[in-house]
Amino acid sequence: MKFADREDLLGAAMLGPALAYVVLLVGVPFVLAIMLSFSSATAGSLTLTWAGFRNYSTILADPIFLRSLRNTAIVTIGSQVLVIVLATAAAQVFRAAFHGKRTARFVLLLPWAVPVSLAAIAWTWIFDSTFSVINWTLRVTGLLHGWLYWLGEPGLALFAIIIVQAWRIFPFATVIVLAGLSSIPQDVVEASIVDGAGFWRRLFKVELPLLLPVIAVAVLFGVVYTATDLGVVYILTGGGPANTTHVLPTLAFQRGVLGADLGQGAAIAVFLVPFLIVVAVLMLRVARRAEIGAGGKAR
Amino acid sequence: MKRVGLYVAALGFMAFAGFPFYWMFITAFKQNRDLYVGAFDTHHVPWIFNDPPTFEHVRLLFGQTDFLRWVANTLLVIVAVVIITVVLAVPAGYSLARLAGRWGGRLGMGIFFTYLIPPTLLFIPFSRVVALLGLQNSLGALILVYPTITVPFCTWLVMGFVRSVPWDIEEQAMIDGYSRLAVILRIAPRLILPGILTVVVFTFTLVMQEFVYALTFISSVDRMTVSLGVPIALVRGDVYHWGSLMAAALFTSIPLAVLYNLFIDRFIQGFTMGAVKG
Repeated sequence: MKFADREDLLGAAMLGPALAYVVLLVGVPFVLAIMLSFSSATAGSLTLTWAGFRNYSTILADPIFLRSLRNTAIVTIGSQVLVIVLATAAAQVFRAAFHGKRTARFVLLLPWAVPVSLAAIAWTWIFDSTFSVINWTLRVTGLLHGWLYWLGEPGLALFAIIIVQAWRIFPFATVIVLAGLSSIPQDVVEASIVDGAGFWRRLFKVELPLLLPVIAVAVLFGVVYTATDLGVVYILTGGGPANTTHVLPTLAFQRGVLGADLGQGAAIAVFLVPFLIVVAVLMLRVARRAEIGAGGKAR
Repeated sequence: MKRVGLYVAALGFMAFAGFPFYWMFITAFKQNRDLYVGAFDTHHVPWIFNDPPTFEHVRLLFGQTDFLRWVANTLLVIVAVVIITVVLAVPAGYSLARLAGRWGGRLGMGIFFTYLIPPTLLFIPFSRVVALLGLQNSLGALILVYPTITVPFCTWLVMGFVRSVPWDIEEQAMIDGYSRLAVILRIAPRLILPGILTVVVFTFTLVMQEFVYALTFISSVDRMTVSLGVPIALVRGDVYHWGSLMAAALFTSIPLAVLYNLFIDRFIQGFTMGAVKG
């Protein structure tokens, strides 16, 4: 058989370059990141000196690191809980037909389309210690008598970070949930209406269980986007005040890139891996269930 | 009554999602004496133009900052990364869907999972690789590294797209005497053109949004991209030029949002991984 008709050779030739690129520029650096975390490498030199678990014992004894680990968990969980609630509610609104829906959808998608760093700088201005429009509005409506230094107090700053992360992810989650809603078999929903189920009963007993895999996908992407995000915290607070709002990526950047301690920076970043493995395993399960579902349908 | 609730809820979500963009807009066109009034002054309403709007900040942005330079840098990186991504991901996606047999799906899933490995894990080893290649502080570093974000996802997108295209046309061409290679070169590109277009748009948006690698590799102001330069370098000394900053953020966001609206359904098909059957 000629080359031009050999599917196996053609397939390999077409897949090869992409596969080689991914192995060389994602796979190798991934392994290198783990290796660096066990080394005393600095940005200046090019040697890789084995340092055992020294980087890990250093950071595990470092209160700033432990705090950043906790902050990463708080921000990720806090924002994703908000995202689930907002996205499920928004999807219920946007599935209905109403005037101006196209405009509404355009506005809804804005937070997802805007580059993270530009959104973060806009929010920095919104949370400004002197000019915050939120403070003005709260004071005029009588809800606030003192003053909120949004990015100047650790608790408030973390709250602000959660709000920004939820704001930036929920449009994406809404669109995914909407796609899920449109694929729910209409006869199931109609049957539940005939059987006399009201809106809430239909939502919780019929639709949400069917939507679970789709919501899971949205949340898993949300977890990855939030836990591994550098831009929002870097721009909003820079990890401050006094290193209280660092998350793993910003601390890894501070130590590994600005501080030129590659080994320690890598060790900090490696703590993201457990998050990612959990997400990957759960995604595989969702994908497998979807495959089985599709196979069952075909037969 | 139910309709009223619907509109109120829709307006609520629009207000939450759109509020920072309204704030960009009003900041970008306000005069400084209207802009910089402390929020403790409850008599001065910050939500509206108290003085006539001005183009002063926009003029400053285009005339006296490196903004246009950053736009040019970003476009250059986009063109290069789009070419690399299309060349790598489109054949790979086609191969996984049509040629790789039963391994295609699994291999595709494996490539897709590398999309989950984030820049914030890879930027430290990359800082070393980039230094080794002598690419520090150059757009070449971004062109080399950005396809790590675009290739895995776009391969996956193309694979899904090719699977959704019926096989008959290609099959008929082979019956008519085309070789398998000729089908791939002459028939398939036309059939999967919408998929290729999606790859181009997705790559465009991802490059516009990227911040981590740009922050790590680029230090000179004249080599920055928009998403790096605007938040990092539009600061004179310690003074933020909020008017120009917000103008830059607004002008960058709007074209991206338009693109997202046009291609949203395609992106979503990629993200839901078959959990949603269209």
